[in-house]
Amino acid sequence: MSDPITRPGVGAQRDSVDPAAVEEKPEGVTPSAISRLGERKKARLDALAQASADKGGVSLVRDAFRRLRRNPVAIFGAVIVGLFVLVAIFAPLLAPHDPAQRFDELTKNLTVDNIPGASSDFPLGSDPLGRDFLSRMIYGSRQTLFVGVVATLIGLGLGVLIGALAGAFGGWIDNILMRLTDVMLALPALLLAISLVAMASRSSQWTVIFAVAIVNVPIFARLLRGSMLAQRESDHVLAARALGVKQGSIVLRHMLPNAMTAVIVQATLTLSTAILEAASLSFLGLGDPDINRAEWGLMLGVDGQRYFEVRPELAYYPAVAIIVVALGFTLLGEGMREAIDPKNRR
Amino acid sequence: MTEERTGPLVELRDVKVHFPIKSGVLIDRTVGYVYAVDGVSLSINKGETYGLVGESGCGKSTLGRGLLRLVEPTDGEIVFDGTDVRSLKGEAMRKARRRMQMIFQDPLSSLDPRQSVESLLVEGLKAHGLARDKAATARKLRDTLAAVGLPASALSKYPHEFSGGQRQRIGIARALVLDPDLIVADEPVSALDVSIQAQVLNLMEDIQNELGLTYLIIAHDLAVVRHIADTVGVMYLGGLVEEASSDDLYREPMHPYTRALMSAVPVPDPQVEDRRERILLAGDLPSPTNPPAGCRFHTRCPWAQPKRCADERPALREVLDGHRVACHYAEDIAAGRIRPHEVEPELVRPDDGAAPGDTGELIPTP
Amino acid sequence: MSLLDVRDLSVVFQRRGERPFTAVDEVSFSVEPGQTVGLVGESGCGKSVTSLAIMGLLPRRGNKVSGQVMFDGADLLALRPDDMRDRRGRDIGMIFQDPLSSLNPVVPIGTQVAEVLERHRGMDRKAALKEARELLDAVGIPDPNRRLKEYPHQISGGMRQRALIAIALACKPRLLIADEPTTALDVTIQAQILTLLKQLVDETGTALIMITHDLGVVAGLCDTVNVLYGGKVVERAARHELFARPRHPYTHGLLNSVPRLDSPRGERLHAIRGSVADNIPWVEGCAFAPRCDNVVDACLEGTPPLEPTATGGDLRCNNPVTEEVAVP
Repeated sequence: MSDPITRPGVGAQRDSVDPAAVEEKPEGVTPSAISRLGERKKARLDALAQASADKGGVSLVRDAFRRLRRNPVAIFGAVIVGLFVLVAIFAPLLAPHDPAQRFDELTKNLTVDNIPGASSDFPLGSDPLGRDFLSRMIYGSRQTLFVGVVATLIGLGLGVLIGALAGAFGGWIDNILMRLTDVMLALPALLLAISLVAMASRSSQWTVIFAVAIVNVPIFARLLRGSMLAQRESDHVLAARALGVKQGSIVLRHMLPNAMTAVIVQATLTLSTAILEAASLSFLGLGDPDINRAEWGLMLGVDGQRYFEVRPELAYYPAVAIIVVALGFTLLGEGMREAIDPKNRR
Repeated sequence: MTEERTGPLVELRDVKVHFPIKSGVLIDRTVGYVYAVDGVSLSINKGETYGLVGESGCGKSTLGRGLLRLVEPTDGEIVFDGTDVRSLKGEAMRKARRRMQMIFQDPLSSLDPRQSVESLLVEGLKAHGLARDKAATARKLRDTLAAVGLPASALSKYPHEFSGGQRQRIGIARALVLDPDLIVADEPVSALDVSIQAQVLNLMEDIQNELGLTYLIIAHDLAVVRHIADTVGVMYLGGLVEEASSDDLYREPMHPYTRALMSAVPVPDPQVEDRRERILLAGDLPSPTNPPAGCRFHTRCPWAQPKRCADERPALREVLDGHRVACHYAEDIAAGRIRPHEVEPELVRPDDGAAPGDTGELIPTP
Repeated sequence: MSLLDVRDLSVVFQRRGERPFTAVDEVSFSVEPGQTVGLVGESGCGKSVTSLAIMGLLPRRGNKVSGQVMFDGADLLALRPDDMRDRRGRDIGMIFQDPLSSLNPVVPIGTQVAEVLERHRGMDRKAALKEARELLDAVGIPDPNRRLKEYPHQISGGMRQRALIAIALACKPRLLIADEPTTALDVTIQAQILTLLKQLVDETGTALIMITHDLGVVAGLCDTVNVLYGGKVVERAARHELFARPRHPYTHGLLNSVPRLDSPRGERLHAIRGSVADNIPWVEGCAFAPRCDNVVDACLEGTPPLEPTATGGDLRCNNPVTEEVAVP
């Protein structure tokens, strides 16, 4: 370590001088000890103490964010996710063509055995209906992001509600809610989603969203309940009870916020599985029936599969896009898990 | 420290805390009890420090929490300043908590990591409607921090930014800010480094002298308790086995367990260590789910006598003036009429009769 | 010749994106056969890292170990991992703080002891189990025949620590390293274990390195004591000398700040002010200077050297304490 004054980045927790020091010095020893210390040196020690005293507090969230930024894996994930979100937002600006429009240049050569490849106007060539494949890929990101985020948010909302109720009240409420989630967990995720979609009279993208959301509800609920129970036993909740803080306030201000960190990490990871699940449902043809809507899972399942021998790129591009985006969310989620884990705090 | 002692502030009469051991798949059945605290009576005078010592599993922490009703006592009477604490319900109990505060062992885990120091300190004030006036509250926080030796700049910081000793100061400040009469400190220094322990102990003494607080200090370290407490109670397996003034207890420990405990504490002085006679206890602490009949210590006691020790549980009785001992033969042992003998160690299962892994959670003693 | 000679041992941790942290800073000490040596200090002083470095148990990545650890004339740090593994258990045994996590939870105690015997002493299973029974008996585990078949969770903490000692002693090592062996135990159990260790050292003639934060434990056990602060040895002295006449202000402060069972009541403790967080880097001066009552200008002018004292010890201090500890 270098000069103590010029190392502000070491973190406040490491270089704070205990202010009690001043009072704890046994009388008779202190004044002479200080006077023996050279003026310049004394000033340096004082400056060291002052530097840490002046520094504002760093909350846990900011601290975790700092660690997140230092983690190259998380950064990599965040870059992928960021690019993906940017593409989705600016799709109309980025896409060279209307994704639903069928182009004469493309359709005129289009047969079952021949789908036009790349050209200067259409960098990724045509899809089986003579639409610009690149534009469809770009617009597809919107659909994927929308389905993934909305499904995760619905699952998170319901899951947090169930988990918080179970964790806060315990007893028979907990018992009933947890048996409910047991039943939901007992069904394989994809199967549950398929039957939900099949039950809906008319499939739309909302059936997919709802199916994916429902699958994730028990995961969030159980996770939150578990951390709520752990929080209930924790020392700081006991401390709040000892202070005489009201029960409702303990649940809302102490148990829930601390229990939520694990759930938020899980939500990031769920974004990636939600995207994969939604893509799987579309792949199986259970998604939105609107053929004009570009959606990676549907593109992979219908076009990619059917014309794989003619033009395998039709399968490759959406498949790679799905994998990369899912990977991005997973890396970001793992990075968050690492950053929030108190064991990494020093 | 001694000037204004006016009768007991806290009185415990035959307090019991039993934890049910639950088992079963869908419907929980009670299959047994952990007798964490099993009939403890003691009283703590105003302005006094009562030290409770004992090893893990003896129920000292549970007793402290039972006193504050952070765990619900099964039986017995807790009288705080004339009020029967166990009869208080809901809001009345919550209000009563202002006057009896607690300091925890692990200063980090007992502070909510998401709260700044300011929010930690204000929370208690708000809960009791004492934070109405902003300026007065700010002054109160500064004064309290100053009292525990922290600068006002600490207010905006978070617990993880402090060292262990400073965190414990925050924990003390949180208790102090409510102007309590009683502070229960559960192992207040055992999580701290040796050089920091003295700072915190000194601080606690200073605060007591200044504010006339009453302390119940729970610790496993006999030296710490002897240093800070006026009266010391020794616990073994849920019961008080000896109680005396700190000096008397050290000068003449009368219960065999206290003697063994005292002889086991290492003293940082080779001269003493080379000379002293150790009373080594055989075997381990029996399980509190299935405590031995009669005197709970008889299975390990080098002075145990046939029949009576195994059959009859000795009451805590005053053997000398102000010196209470729960041993049938205290006088005989003190006079040397009974000599210690060899004890065959009995094997103790860590989870006798309890659901596996449960005991640890049920008895939150370090 | 010394059994173990640690020379200028340094361990530097380098975590991703963080400054390198010197946990152990040129630590030197030696252990004679049959001797008990204490490494004393508070958390973060480098005592445990030192023992892990000697045992070659530090994680392979994220740290840099330099210096020499001469055992029987061979440098342990230069050994190949395979050879070192062979040495561990056979020549050097180790006891850890937490006996539960140091034992394999799914293997019976007897098998765990026997496996060490099979591996290092080439015994067959039957002979090894017989020997294991005797070892358990020797460390004071009641009814060892039945204990052989039991799992770690079935016995108490004190018994687990005894089992761990039995494993460490299985190959009659010439050196035993005990890292806070009694910290997780109750006082009465601690007394049992310390008595056992003392007795084993006397009987088998094995050398012992005792790592602890508890000066009381050291006082009754160690021949020589090394006091560590901030990764460096600040004072080394024979047991009686150190406790009677601590020269380093840190040692002196530690001894004065712990409440003693036999000291008169009501006296105020002499606390060491500040905390380890106040340390300054050794290159700038004495790490302890900001907390020290005896600080002089020279304390902020580079690392004070470790110099021999008149009483046969070593001291790293510019302005040592001269008064004697008051005998109560």
